[in-house]
Order: sequence, then C-alpha cells, then structure tokens
Amino acid sequence: MSGWSHHAGLAVLLDRANVDTDQLIPARFMSTPRAQGYGRFLLHDLRGDGAAWDVPGASILVAGPNFGCGSSREAAVYALVDAGFRAVIAPGFGDIFAANAVNNGLLPAVADTGALMRALPGRLAIDLAVGTITPEGGAAIGFDLDPVWCVKLINGWDDIDLTARHTDDITAFAKRRREQAPWLWPQTTGAKPPSTGRDQ
Amino acid sequence: MRTLFDRLWDAHVIRTRDDGAALLWVDRHYLHEGSHHAFARLAARGMGVAHPALTVGVADHYVPTRGPTTDPDIARMVATLEGNAAAHGFALFGRGDPRQGIVHVVGPEQGLTLPGMLVVCGDSHTSTHGALGAWGFGIGATEVAHVLATQTVWQRKPRRMRLTFHGTPAPGVGAKDMALHWIAALGADGARGHAVEYAGPAVRGLPVSGRLTLCNLSIEGGARCGMVAPDAALIDWLRGRPFAPQGAVFDRAAEGWAALASDPGAEFDAEHSFDMAGIAPVVTWGTSPEDAAPITASVPDPARATPERASRMAEALDYMGLRPGQRLTDVAVDQVFIGSCTNARIEDLRAAAAVLAGRRAVVPGMVSPGSTPVRRQAEAEGLDRIFVDAGLEWVGSGCSMCVGMNGDRVAPGMRCASSTNRNFRGRQGPGARTHLMSPAMVAAAAVTGHLSDVRPFLEGRG
Ligand code: SF4
Repeated sequence: MSGWSHHAGLAVLLDRANVDTDQLIPARFMSTPRAQGYGRFLLHDLRGDGAAWDVPGASILVAGPNFGCGSSREAAVYALVDAGFRAVIAPGFGDIFAANAVNNGLLPAVADTGALMRALPGRLAIDLAVGTITPEGGAAIGFDLDPVWCVKLINGWDDIDLTARHTDDITAFAKRRREQAPWLWPQTTGAKPPSTGRDQ
Repeated sequence: MRTLFDRLWDAHVIRTRDDGAALLWVDRHYLHEGSHHAFARLAARGMGVAHPALTVGVADHYVPTRGPTTDPDIARMVATLEGNAAAHGFALFGRGDPRQGIVHVVGPEQGLTLPGMLVVCGDSHTSTHGALGAWGFGIGATEVAHVLATQTVWQRKPRRMRLTFHGTPAPGVGAKDMALHWIAALGADGARGHAVEYAGPAVRGLPVSGRLTLCNLSIEGGARCGMVAPDAALIDWLRGRPFAPQGAVFDRAAEGWAALASDPGAEFDAEHSFDMAGIAPVVTWGTSPEDAAPITASVPDPARATPERASRMAEALDYMGLRPGQRLTDVAVDQVFIGSCTNARIEDLRAAAAVLAGRRAVVPGMVSPGSTPVRRQAEAEGLDRIFVDAGLEWVGSGCSMCVGMNGDRVAPGMRCASSTNRNFRGRQGPGARTHLMSPAMVAAAAVTGHLSDVRPFLEGRG
C-alpha cells in the first residue's frame, strides 16, 4: 500500500446517519474475489434516482454521523476504495470501519461537516500532515484523526512489517503466558460436551 | 485502582509505542468463511499461520441450514475455509461436525473462550465473548491476516464505560430488552470508542446466556467490546466444557478468574445507569438498533423529533412501511425468525417454546439453533416438536436469516419479527423489513401475526 499526504478531488455528499456496512456492501456480494473489483457493489441497494453521491470521478465522500457502523466486513472499505474514494469525511465512524479504512489507505476524517456540505458537490483539498480540508475558494477546516493512523496513512505502512521488528518480544511474551496459564493453549479433554443449559 | 478492562489490557500488552499504540497478544482467534480475504493477503506475502493451536475455524456465515446447497458460490465459501484449515493445520468445526454452529455460540459453549482471554474474530459480534470476563472484539480482514501471521494485534486503548442496571427484570423482560433499551437511550454510537463493562444486580442476576446476549449487542451501541466480570455462576457454567481446563487445573485457573473485576472506586471515563423498573419488552421500529421502543408505545412521529433526527426517522419509517402514531402492536408481520449469535442458545429456544407450546403460529417462520449441540439439546427436550407443531420450520445451525448469506432470506417488502441483532436496511435480504426483539417476543408475534407484548402469553407458564 502506498502512502499519501495530500489529495485534492471531487467531493460528494451522502447525507444519511448510521450508514452501516451492510448498506456499503450488501452481504450477498461478499463471496466475490477482490481481484474482480468491489466498486460496483458500493451502496448497491441505495443506488438509482440520481443519488447525490453517485457522481463519476468522485474521490471524497462527505457523510453523516456514525458512518460505517455495524459489521466488521472490510469489503465495505474495498467497495469505497475500488470505486475511487480516498477519503470519507463524517462527524463520526464505526470503530472497526475506521481501522479497516486506514489499513487500506482510505482516510476516515472526523470533522464537523456542516460547513463542507454547502460546498458540495465540489472540489476539496486534504492535507493529512496538517489535518485540514479546504474547499475550493473557501476556508480550511480541521479534522480529527488518530495520530498513529495519520502516520500510517502518510507512510503507507503495513502492520505486519512493523510487527516483525518485535518478534523477540512476542516470543518471550508467549512463553511467559504459556508458563503462567497453560490452559490458554487448548487441548481437548475428550470430555463429554456438557449440557448447554445447566444454569436455569 | 483498575477496572476489569484495565486488567485485561495490562495482561496482554507486549509493547507500547511512544505514540500510544500497543502490541497485544491474542489468546484466541476465531475464523469463519468470511476469512478468505485474510488468507488471500497471507498467501500474497507467502506467510503461514503463526499459532494454529490458538486458531479455531467455524463454518457459520454461509452454511446451508436445510441440507446441501445447490449454490456453487456458497459451497465454494465453505470449501475455501475447509481448504485453509487443512493447509494451515487449525481446528475446524465445519459442515457435519457435531460442534459446528455460530462462532460466538460455539466458542463459549466448547470452553474455547475463557475468562481473562483476548479474543478476536473478523466479526463485529466478537464482543459476545466478553460475557465470560474476556476481552473480545471484532477486526477487519487486514487485521485478521496480521493475527494469523503474528498472533498479535495493534490497538489504542479504548476509553472505559460502565453501564449499571439496577433492580430486577419484570417477567418477560430479559437481556435483549436491556440491550435495546440502553442503545435506544444512548444511540447507535453512544458507546463509540469505549470498552463497556456491564454491572449491577440485574446483570449479576442474568444467566450466562443472557450475559452473552447483552455483550453481543454492545457493538450495536458502537462499543468496541462489552464485558461482565466473572462470578461463581460463570465458573460453574464453564466447569466441564470440552476445551476448558479440567480438575485441579480448572480450580487453579478459576482462582485467577475470580479476581477479574473492577476495583471498588475504579474510575470509568463514562457511566450510565438504568433501572429495570423502567424497562418493558422492547421492539425496534426503524433501521438502526437505536430505533427501539417499548412494545406498549407507538411508532414515533418525525414531526416531533429534532430536525436532524426527523429526516432519518422519516426515511426509516418509509423503508419500514410504518405510519407515525401507529401502535406498535398493530404492526402485522409476514414471518418470524428465531436464531443468530444473539438469541439462539438453549435458554432462548426454551423461552420461545414456552410461549409457543400448545399454540399455532399464524405466519410462517424458521428456528435455527445457535449450534449443533444446542440443536441436539433442544431435540432432547422436545423443543423442536413444539416449534414444528406450532407451524415453524426447524432447521440446522448457522447465521442463516440473520444475514442471509446462505440464501435464507426475507423477501423484498416482507416484514420479519426477528431475534437477531441488526435491523439495517437489507440486512435480512434486499428490501427486507426487520423488527428486532427477544425470542419470546418473536414467538408472541408468530402466534398473533403482529408485534405483540409477550407478557400476557406467559401467564400461568414457566
Ligand atoms: S449470527 Fe448474524 S450477527 Fe452473529 S455472527 Fe452470524 S451473521 Fe454475524
């Protein structure tokens, strides 16, 4: 994944609260291999009737509160990324969605979208390092992003590579844990599966 | 002074970076068919599974519940998981395995989830496992690949929230109602960024099955995870489970589990409390779990809501085909579903059967037990007969109509009373209209053909 620190592009509005990941990509499409592209599944069941967000070439989505709540399906992020989106700006995000977004280079920017909404559809410029969003010909507004995620997005870091530096620590931790609590390493006892309802 | 969550956090930190991100050890990693993206990532890097012994796969999201599937896509999803289990050497409770079921039912039931563990799964309802005094949370495919490769996960410490329930539940009121009640009160993002601990006498009084339901729904209020401190009832519930420690080892482990609690006076970042006296059986009327109200109420009127909320409410009512002011008990349903990791344990099936015994459903419906052991137990108790005699279909175990991936779907425009956890647009199928409620409330809706207060149906029964 390549990092990025600036992006300017066409921003569109999806003016709804609680857009869950089931809406971002309905479950029935999720058996598709990623290589086939997920962009066409984005918000599939909300399409039609000139949806304000459905504009070719858009790369920034301005959305309502609690965007990406619900299922942990990372496919919701794939759908946005494959449809060409680089950033979603919303008053708040589902936690798992936001983490998934960062892992795929998609910015989940937390901002007061009131001022931006009036500038849409239109072009926005995002500066990751400074933490600003600027509408064309307008004043910049700030956005919130976990600083860890910011660094990760800018550098395009991959967690597996970062973690590899700590292999010795991990091995030592696992050894200690196994000594202290060996039962955490499961070994079936062959015991009869107990009745599932003994507590009532 | 530490909270229960602080204790779980501290016990799993391998290393904390200067920026506050911590590398955490994962005790148990559950996989399901949806893990194919993660395995593809792993394969692309030429990596294997670091700790197959701590990794357990369960076929649930796509498994057919009515005999073999004819859909090649669905068959391929289940087969891919089987192939990955064989290739990487982790245990799999797949098709035909007597332990198969929904991952969040199976883990606790088999004793694979234990107090004090950090549990992850590529599924948001991993919060369920917190009912056992564990820290369970859902992760995305990139993180699943990371856990497979390293048995660790990077996290920032969430804030801590305590939700305390005082009093005792009235008959017909249970964990599902408690959960929907707090989510309606605080909102679908009310606990965002927080680790929730459930406390108070009403939580203590819940059987483990109810605690699992309560923790399961934590994510619907935006919480990162939900948990209940272990107590004697839990330890008794765990004893003898197949993958739990046995004998003296169990006793030694249980000593440590009993110490997993929040110190008196430990500080939480947020606290809310609720009185059970104010909690009636709850149903949802909209397209978010926060759109919940007591069954005695009416469909809310957007005209009386704040402007922000009004437009969302109007859209939800339009999708749901409801009129403001309509009494909830006047809303006719087309079908019912009892199942899911929220409410398909044996206690849930008993609660539904207690309502249905000797009665007929006037609408069609399905009952899918949470696991194959639950199914066997239910059959041993004759619950399956009660469902079938009432006119409902008794099927195999899996996610089934909770998410419709295996083809068990609600048809467009149809209205379903459902014991599941999400009433999102299209969740149970494109255009499906879902009303969430407890399994006993689903049973009452089946009998009357409309949303109903279960309480009169319980008079003189169990
Ligand atoms: S039963 Fe529903 S909520 Fe639970 S794991 Fe399956 S799809 Fe997810």
